[in-house]
Amino acid sequence: MSITKFRTIEGRSPGYLALLGALGALLLAGLGSAWYMEHNGHYVTGMSNQIVWGMPHVFAVFLIVAASGALNAASIGSVFGKLEYKPLAPLSALLAMALLAGGLAVLVLDLGRPDRLIVAMTTYNFKSIFAWNIFLYVGFLAIVAVYLWWMMERRMYRYHRIAGFVAFIWRLTLTTGTGSIFGFLVAREAYDAAVMAPLFIAMSLSFGLAIFILVLDFSCQRTHLPINHEMLQRLARLLAIFIAAVLYFTAVQHLTNLYAAEHQNVEHFILFSGNKYSQLFWIGQVLFGGFIPLLILLHPDYRATRAWVTIASVLVIIGGLCQIYVIIIGGQAYPLEMFPGKEVSSGFFDGEVSTYSATLPEFLLGLGGVALSLLILSLAVRVLPLLPQCLEPPRPAGEETPAS
Amino acid sequence: MSDTKSSTPGAVNENRRRWLQGGAAAAMITVAPGVLLWRSPAAREADQAVTSAVRWGLLIYTSRCEENCSACVDGCNQEHGLKGHGRPQTDAQWIRKITLRDPTSGHVRSLPVMCQHCEHPPCVDVCPTGASFKRADGIVLVDKHICIGCRYCMMACPYKARSFVHEELTDQKPHSPRGKGTVESCTLCVHRIDAGGIPACVEACERTGHQALVFGDLNDPDSLISTKLRELGATQIRDDLGTNPGVYYRGI
Ligand code: SF4
Ligand code: SF4
Repeated sequence: MSITKFRTIEGRSPGYLALLGALGALLLAGLGSAWYMEHNGHYVTGMSNQIVWGMPHVFAVFLIVAASGALNAASIGSVFGKLEYKPLAPLSALLAMALLAGGLAVLVLDLGRPDRLIVAMTTYNFKSIFAWNIFLYVGFLAIVAVYLWWMMERRMYRYHRIAGFVAFIWRLTLTTGTGSIFGFLVAREAYDAAVMAPLFIAMSLSFGLAIFILVLDFSCQRTHLPINHEMLQRLARLLAIFIAAVLYFTAVQHLTNLYAAEHQNVEHFILFSGNKYSQLFWIGQVLFGGFIPLLILLHPDYRATRAWVTIASVLVIIGGLCQIYVIIIGGQAYPLEMFPGKEVSSGFFDGEVSTYSATLPEFLLGLGGVALSLLILSLAVRVLPLLPQCLEPPRPAGEETPAS
Repeated sequence: MSDTKSSTPGAVNENRRRWLQGGAAAAMITVAPGVLLWRSPAAREADQAVTSAVRWGLLIYTSRCEENCSACVDGCNQEHGLKGHGRPQTDAQWIRKITLRDPTSGHVRSLPVMCQHCEHPPCVDVCPTGASFKRADGIVLVDKHICIGCRYCMMACPYKARSFVHEELTDQKPHSPRGKGTVESCTLCVHRIDAGGIPACVEACERTGHQALVFGDLNDPDSLISTKLRELGATQIRDDLGTNPGVYYRGI
């Protein structure tokens, strides 16, 4: 069986070094922010006793959700046997690990006591979906690492599909788990919905693929690897399907909530009140993150050009951040309904819509996580042969490439 | 459970460990109202475990609660050394006064809300480390030594009962350990209960003469709280969520 040849990058060009420098600086800024928040206490952030999860969680959840979706190309190659995706598999697996690492770093650094990470790793409450997620995340890193190794190691190559399959199942579970963090909060009107799990899976596929397309395109450009047209089209079509899926599950999420009487108020708050959250929802998430990239990718001319596919991918990422912001922050801003039907007031902001605006350190911490992911990626392609030498699918003797 | 990195001083740790394990803290408590016949049974001995034979609860008569009285809140703040920094968004609040207005009749009620010491506490279910826990006698607490400050419990609590410590603390009370970066909430004055006393809020309310708060054992059919609940009935906030709070309200 012929195997696609992979290579490392040389990693001496000024462009590469500048990239490392920029990412390193951003990472340091993120670490500095975390230290600042930890040292002074969280009062220096925009978070409060009303909005307990802020911008760092938006970034962390985005990265974690995208991580499992970034594994797509590898899964399609290994699990579904589509040979044309094989050359992309190692990069896709690496990206998945890098994104997860970045997201987890942000999550941990935003804890009130990040120094107690070891407590979180050793003391479990097995009833907590959060504790399960710690398992899922660590397991994901381990499984994808094995998968990557088996893909790249000649002797183990024949087993790599097994690892790929396990990774595929694992990552569906992982995203379900992340979605369930919100789905299990019965007290919060905005979250209490079973559709959160499939919605998060669709989001992960879409965001992860968008990031993957950008990373692939960028590495191909920098390494002068011609990205073939067919491949681009294929990825673009796939992204279009995932965007449509996110739109579909978003519609289900809100329509079912509108139907349930106890959720109507919060739905009205998010969708129609004209506040920051409605704007982010309709303009950021639905229009720029959904319909526009969908139209671009469905258009036969635009879909075929690199520039437009890049634009569509960037829009998906921006829309994704808006979506997670609306879910996390919007869901908390709406007051808890403790006394349905009564007008409520107190010195502790009961009955009031909470306000939140992210401070610079929170942004920098989030961006630091992104920088960490990209730094891991950039360093790994320097030392490990992960980038394909050509994007043509490997052709086993006597076997036709399956039609896509 | 010991954590050398903890910011709380050793004495506090020791004390904390005692009440976490259900040890008596009688020696430290000098509160003796004495006049309250329905008050809790005598203090447990140090080697006596907390038992599920009792379930501590509160009954709140909202009709007796004055709108502009905050004696319970002040009593709590004083007892636990909760001091604001003039930043209401981030300052800790274990008990707060809520004003309810019925939009149709215009009827207004005022009532204190604190941790409801749920029988099925969502905060405990979601806590990844088990720092949030429920004692056998129904009191829900946070173990400050293993709380990592993830705030998931605050997301899960239907009653907004918890606060995150947003900044450095000074002058902590030895019987009420706290720590920057961890989450806390009403302890039902577990240190007083273990010594045979009653919560500070209840005592403060009694002092005003309003008598709006009754503390007692929900499991004891002869306790005042059980008798009154049986006679008069009362509501639990959001009883539709199935948390079965230990705090009951009359008149809402
Ligand atoms: S009121 Fe909130 S903090 Fe208290 S036990 Fe119930 S869920 Fe936990
Ligand atoms: S903040 Fe502390 S008590 Fe609350 S869920 Fe997290 S670890 Fe548990």
